[in-house]
Amino acid sequence: MSVASDSWDWLTDSANWSGDAGIPHRTLEHLQYTGLTIAIAAVIAIPLGLYIGHTGRFRGLAVASTGALRALPTLGVLTLVSLNTGINLTATLVALVLLAIPPLLAGAYAGLESVDPATVDAARAVGMTHWQVLWRVEVPLAFPLLVGGFRSATLQVIATATIAPQVPGPGGLGVYLLGGLAVGDYPRVVGGAVIVIVLALVVDLLFAVVQRLTTRRRVSTPDRV
Amino acid sequence: MRWIGNNTDLILGYLASHVWLSIVPTVLGFLLALPIGWWANRVPAVRGVVLSVGNVLYTIPSLAFILILPGVIGTGFLDPLNIVIALTVYAVAVMARFASDGFASVSPAVLDSARASGFGAAGLALRVELPLAGPVLLAGLRVVSVSTVSLVSVGALAGVDNLGRLFTEGVFTGNTAEILTGIVLVVALALVLDLLLVIAGRALLPWSAGARRVRGGVA
Amino acid sequence: MIEYRSVGKTFSGGNAAVADFDLVIPSHTTTVFVGSSGCGKTTLLRMVNRMVEPTSGQVLIDDVDVASRNPVELRRSIGYVMQASGLLPHRSVLDNVGTVLRLQGVSRAETRRRSLELMETVGLDTALADRYPHQLSGGQQQRVGVARALVTDPNILLMDEPFGAVDPIVRDELQAELLRLQRELGKTIVFVTHDIDEAFLLGDQVVILAKGGQRAQVGTPADILAAPANDFVRSFVGLDKGGRELHVEERDGVQVVVDAQGRATGVLKG
Ligand SMILES: Nc1ncnc2c1ncn2[C@@H]1O[C@H](COP(=O)(O)OP(=O)(O)OP(=O)(O)O)[C@@H](O)[C@H]1O
Ligand SMILES: [Mg+2]
Repeated sequence: MSVASDSWDWLTDSANWSGDAGIPHRTLEHLQYTGLTIAIAAVIAIPLGLYIGHTGRFRGLAVASTGALRALPTLGVLTLVSLNTGINLTATLVALVLLAIPPLLAGAYAGLESVDPATVDAARAVGMTHWQVLWRVEVPLAFPLLVGGFRSATLQVIATATIAPQVPGPGGLGVYLLGGLAVGDYPRVVGGAVIVIVLALVVDLLFAVVQRLTTRRRVSTPDRV
Repeated sequence: MRWIGNNTDLILGYLASHVWLSIVPTVLGFLLALPIGWWANRVPAVRGVVLSVGNVLYTIPSLAFILILPGVIGTGFLDPLNIVIALTVYAVAVMARFASDGFASVSPAVLDSARASGFGAAGLALRVELPLAGPVLLAGLRVVSVSTVSLVSVGALAGVDNLGRLFTEGVFTGNTAEILTGIVLVVALALVLDLLLVIAGRALLPWSAGARRVRGGVA
Repeated sequence: MIEYRSVGKTFSGGNAAVADFDLVIPSHTTTVFVGSSGCGKTTLLRMVNRMVEPTSGQVLIDDVDVASRNPVELRRSIGYVMQASGLLPHRSVLDNVGTVLRLQGVSRAETRRRSLELMETVGLDTALADRYPHQLSGGQQQRVGVARALVTDPNILLMDEPFGAVDPIVRDELQAELLRLQRELGKTIVFVTHDIDEAFLLGDQVVILAKGGQRAQVGTPADILAAPANDFVRSFVGLDKGGRELHVEERDGVQVVVDAQGRATGVLKG
């Protein structure tokens, strides 16, 4: 139990709560990596996913390639890119973006596919253009699943960004875990782990609230006989 | 590529332990999740608890989880048991949801007629519900197996031997071939295990043409 | 006037749903396509607003080939009531009714005013305006569908089995309502059904279709009953088993009309 009480001491030591190596700054870094990753991954995955879901084209390809991407070990990509570019922040972002793409892509195309084809047909029949069908009907109805994709991607990135300091340069909360491990400072490792866990739970809770708010208005499709 | 030739034993050793560290939590998680999912499908209150606890557990970042376990259960810091336990917990968290959905997917009319034709409670669960939930269970197992294989490599950071070691050592010694070998083997392992599951599914669930189509995302 | 000129439609699987179809639909009247399931009614109807493109022949509205018109604008100018209401599940009733007005850039306030007006026209309580479609009964949903189709005051109204999914009593109500609306509005209505009684009730012109979109007979209900073109028509309209035969019986000098089952249905005047 001494690791637990030592970790508590580490967490409550005010010295760990200030400065560039302090918890608030590291948390901010962690969130910056996460935000940047999700933004880049979304710019790539969301238009692709909407295109696949709207047209139904390349669906098989998307399923197969997201499956293969999910199998890709992030740690391997991180170390590989870092060795070959020497730019470690880029390596971190590349590895994390590849991690975030599959859930975002799947959320987008599965979301559009979940929309009742009869509803889409009706929207076309009243004279909506492709864009109007997409933005006014498909995206709003797919919204809960789209947010679900963001939720899943964000949590995976928060979790996995902890391995970024495995290559020299990047900070974030992983510094406590890997740095502590390297020098055998277990209270720091456990304290850092606790902070990552709390961060993940808080972010997950925020997403849950957003999903609740956006699903409340979601309604079942009209009864079909 | 000479590096591979000179280090086959090392690589095979890492591969073997990666295989074990992947399979054990997947199988354990599957077996533990079945009764939980079955129970959750019976009792709505249990289902609510299972889903939300599973969600919270799955939210915990894996590296943090692996590193915090020794403090909680008193194992050594570099003990492989930490990885096995952590990955089993994730597997149960994901799999219980699939199992509950799988049992829920069995049509009440089928259960009713099975009961009417004389199945007892145990026979009903094992010989009717379980096989009929098969396609959804298989879909869950595939998700769990792929994510477990890739999570195991993170364990290398906690000092446990597996293919992830090729990354941590490769970046240290500047050896691109070593890292590439690791990536290829991890992806190949994930795909081979997935393929085995698909083949097993075809063999065990020949009636389910759609067995390949049910594929859910994770939390 | 809507005109089909040797129209054909073969779907991608090689399935010829309609072949060489000719028909003139006069303006300000109701034309009903009637036929059994899968005979091509929906396919013919959806060619008018280009939801289906013919693979041969032409569909003309007032002598203009619809193929030359922008599909989106064409659809906005034609009212369409669908088999299963086709309402947008994430929009309130009022927003559903006003969809096309908003697409055409009509202001929010004006859309609201006209949508509420249309709800009253089709006999919907305006208190339902803020509900979502799934909170309505099947009959109410169909009324919303009709209101949405009429909100832009289109000349043409396409209706695809709009009352197919509601119970018989509500269907009677909706049919009566449609007859009343048509007396007031005088639209060019193309109506699809598989119910011959509905066809005879609503249609000025009835088109009986056989498999593959073949015209079995075209005419007024009276024409068809008086001179069924062939055995298919005779059986389809129920003349073959005497189901539509009425007899006159004398009672105290009054001529009472009796149906095939021997039930009195009315008296003969003049
Ligand atoms: N998109 C499509 N692709 C292929 N075949 C189609 C398509 N739409 C309709 N068909 C076929 O064309 C034929 C006519 O279909 P249509 O929908 O016009 O029938 P319908 O008379 O409206 O039937 P129902 O009363 O059941 O609505 C059917 O054989 C149908 O299977
Ligand atoms: Mg039809």
